[in-house]
Amino acid sequence: MNHEINKIEKNRKIYDSLIRRRLVIISGLTVAIFALLLANISIGSTAIPVREILRVVFTGVGQNNNKMIIMDIRMPMALMAIVVGASLGIGGCEIQTILRNPIASPFTLGISSAASFGAAMGLVLNNNLFNAPESLVVTANAFAFSLLVAVLIYIFSLQPQIGKTAIILFGIALNFLFTALTTILQYIADEDQLQSLIFWNFGSLLRTTWTKFYIVLIILIFCTVILSKNAWKLTAMTLDDTKAKSLGVDTTKVRRMAIFLTSLLSAVAISFVGTIGFVGLIAPHIARQLVGEDQRFFMPLSAIIGAFLLSLAFLISKIVIRGVILPIGLVTSVIGIPFFIGIIFSRMGSMQ
Amino acid sequence: MISIKNLTFSYKKSSHPVFEDLTIDFAKGFNVILGPNGAGKSTLVKAIFGLLEYEGQVFYDDLDITNLPLTEKIKKMSYLPQMDTNQSSLTVLEMVLLGRLPDLRRKVSDEDLNIVLNTMKSLSIDDLASRSFNELSGGQQKLVFIAQTLVRNPELMILDEPTNSLDLQRQLELCQLLKDIVSEKGLDLIVILHDINLAARYADNIVIINENGNFYDSGKPKEVINSEMLHDVYGVIGEVSIDGDNIPIISPRKSIRNR
Repeated sequence: MNHEINKIEKNRKIYDSLIRRRLVIISGLTVAIFALLLANISIGSTAIPVREILRVVFTGVGQNNNKMIIMDIRMPMALMAIVVGASLGIGGCEIQTILRNPIASPFTLGISSAASFGAAMGLVLNNNLFNAPESLVVTANAFAFSLLVAVLIYIFSLQPQIGKTAIILFGIALNFLFTALTTILQYIADEDQLQSLIFWNFGSLLRTTWTKFYIVLIILIFCTVILSKNAWKLTAMTLDDTKAKSLGVDTTKVRRMAIFLTSLLSAVAISFVGTIGFVGLIAPHIARQLVGEDQRFFMPLSAIIGAFLLSLAFLISKIVIRGVILPIGLVTSVIGIPFFIGIIFSRMGSMQ
Repeated sequence: MISIKNLTFSYKKSSHPVFEDLTIDFAKGFNVILGPNGAGKSTLVKAIFGLLEYEGQVFYDDLDITNLPLTEKIKKMSYLPQMDTNQSSLTVLEMVLLGRLPDLRRKVSDEDLNIVLNTMKSLSIDDLASRSFNELSGGQQKLVFIAQTLVRNPELMILDEPTNSLDLQRQLELCQLLKDIVSEKGLDLIVILHDINLAARYADNIVIINENGNFYDSGKPKEVINSEMLHDVYGVIGEVSIDGDNIPIISPRKSIRNR
């Protein structure tokens, strides 16, 4: 009997150490993100030492116009990289979970390009579909179209006989469609609008303001809270539907919630910074390797890795060519595509 | 136990109903549903658990559970669907924890963890706790799912072919384990099995449905397993004898279609 109690104690320790290991990974990466945040504020057309950054942040006093550069320009951009990366990471994590498909992401499924199209429509045609307030027209349009595509993919995935590869192909088809539609808008746009559109297609943090940052942050917190509350249910969604239902999970409701929140996250992020590909694909992939699919850790870690990747991409975008800030979307694509191909080679075999 | 009254069900696109006006009473203890492929055994247990929309009523003791929401139903019963392939990178411990789902908090409570660890111990899968579910053998995966089904402390367990893809030894071990659980915890069990001899050895009560989804017979193994039943339900000619444990065993000889 004593022996048995000891065994249970032993397993309890296994559980505790499992949890501890995951928390260490999460904390470690969080520290790394802070380091990247400082680096991103420090590096730019003029380098600002970290000590000066800390002084400005904590005392509000800085040399020359350092305070203005840090607080009004670099800080919001660096923070935007974090919240947008996190939004895309969570979006990818949840869309992969509910479709049970490791190469699904807002970008590969066309949700991002639909959001871009919606944003472009708001911009070029001044099309206010939903009577949204002036400042939110672009975001509301982006959300409407990303939700439309997410729902289409969801309906498509419900058809019997549809394999995981077919879902991705369907997403790629939608991706082409909305890219083409956006190109049409570019064709009829005037010069000012054209410049804004190109900004969207490249993906860039340069137009970040504090207001935009706060909007993304609030949506991110809102979605994270709801998803956290449903963490175990989402974990159960990794099993097949009948199994999840047998555990008492209302699969339809959970799917609907995840689709809605993923679209919201993608749309808000994209309407402010443009199309940023592959972060939503890669972040959950790495997170899954590190902590498995327990959503209590998988979801936050996807967010953290997304934030880490986008911060890193932002840093790279500033140092590749001296004095030039490359659009961040181009950087994530260049890094992301080899990774994407890698996932296809390693995972497609098991997906058939 | 479960009583099914006038159950009629058809899958939407096919006009031919799986069940028409089906009425069945299950007994307390270890129930086995027998019947040929396509008789609708899996459909029947799905209906009992409430995953299908049907006409008719299902009672659990005196309680009408026909329209009881899933969230209420899983407090009383747990259901293990038939599964052939299982892909999941969850650890065994997480997989069993999911069985506590309706009450499971973000921070797993001591109570939940204790029930899970004790159940895993009683099924001798505690050594697998930190292993990935993907790496387990078919038999081990079955035990993990049984544990997941048990941790809810259900009054009724419904298992759809838990023995398929197990070797002979593990089939016997699993059935014995289920029989022990029934007698120790006093819970009721409805299990779909393919193997008539296995059913005869372990079941308290056998319910037989035939090819057309009609009720054929129910009762103790010795009452329902006979050569007439083999002929009518399975289309097989064979003898039934009584072995040293006073249990009927079948020796099928040939199909009635063979001349």
